[in-house]
Amino acid sequence: MDTGAADALLICEHCDTVYRRRILVRGEVARCARCAAELERHQSLSVNAMLALVLTAMIVFVQANMWPIVTLGLNGQFSATTLWGMIITMWQQQAQVVSVLAAFTLFFFPMTKMLVLGWLLWFARRGRRAPGFVRLMVGLHHLGPWTMSEVFVLGALVAIVKAHNYFDVVADPGIYAYAALTVLITIFAGVDLRQLWVLTRDGQA
Amino acid sequence: MNTLPRAADLGLIGCHVCGQVCKDATNAGLPDGDTLACPRCGSALHRRKPDSYSRTWALLIAAFILYIPANLLPIMRTASLNDIDDNTIISGVVELWVKGSPDLAVIVFTASIVVPMLKFFSLGMLLLSSRAGSDWARPQRAKLYRLVEFIGYWSMLDVFVVALLTALVRFSLLSRVEPLPGVIFFGLTVVLTMFASMSFDPRMIWDGRNSND
Ligand SMILES: [Zn+2]
Ligand SMILES: [Zn+2]
Repeated sequence: MDTGAADALLICEHCDTVYRRRILVRGEVARCARCAAELERHQSLSVNAMLALVLTAMIVFVQANMWPIVTLGLNGQFSATTLWGMIITMWQQQAQVVSVLAAFTLFFFPMTKMLVLGWLLWFARRGRRAPGFVRLMVGLHHLGPWTMSEVFVLGALVAIVKAHNYFDVVADPGIYAYAALTVLITIFAGVDLRQLWVLTRDGQA
Repeated sequence: MNTLPRAADLGLIGCHVCGQVCKDATNAGLPDGDTLACPRCGSALHRRKPDSYSRTWALLIAAFILYIPANLLPIMRTASLNDIDDNTIISGVVELWVKGSPDLAVIVFTASIVVPMLKFFSLGMLLLSSRAGSDWARPQRAKLYRLVEFIGYWSMLDVFVVALLTALVRFSLLSRVEPLPGVIFFGLTVVLTMFASMSFDPRMIWDGRNSND
């Protein structure tokens, strides 16, 4: 089929309306005239900027997972936990379902997403498609809403407030790393990864 | 007036996964568009998500059934030397409110009660009205679906609160927190409602009567 003509068109995912693609200026968002869903937005981040963001997120993510999140104190006794401490405790406390949910949505999925993105963007810097590009892009799409670090940050806040009524609460570095991670995730939320299909080509550069 | 052509009118299909605009080859002799694969990413092409009605209904009903024990059963036990207290989702909200954090109480109430209920009512209504081919309030229904899809995963909030408190409050006999079955039902409810909203195809809102308005 004529791929040139197909790239000139755009279909609204929410109502199937077909549009002719047009160049967007900085800050512009194209919306569907039928259902008002977002069609496309101007992508202000370069591939290099995206890569820098992902690498930063990886470093912050490692810290968020290694460092304790909160410490509680009661009559001179102290108790702290990390993300994995929480996942293991839930498993031991007969809540394996919750343990697995937390392990995937807070650790495995976010980690996979960052590693895959880092790999794809590293090659995309020179307009190339990384080995496994197609499968990884499809995989990223299916990862969709299953990364929940930002929900966990809000959850930690609620837990701190609840615990505050009964214990001495000390926020540990892990919670700050998580807060930083949430900021990075929010910045990245405006990035449409589908642009990588257009920005990259197969073969050696 | 047909000023906004839809993909089916032009013999096109948009790939769900990569967004590529593809030719609908049904006319070219293939029995059904479903057998096609996207030339760019290889994913199966569908004019509409397969079995969207029945899948969404099944997931929604399953989620609703699990939501009942999620609310009735306690989600967490706080135990101290002389006191054992079982908390449900609602009693957790009330506690936050009474102990002087009404803002957080509102957030938890929204995430745990309002959002799931909104999902049940909205998706149920969207399924019924789309099946009927209704042209009632289409733009608003489309917006409602996007809202439900966007905020759905925040319902996991209370599950993480219970998990974190369980891991933190471990002072042997003095004070302990344990998860109770309600939290498992609630976690599963959230997962099922997320799958339900994903399997609903918002394009069905615009199918049926007068879709070119
Ligand atoms: Zn639309
Ligand atoms: Zn595709």
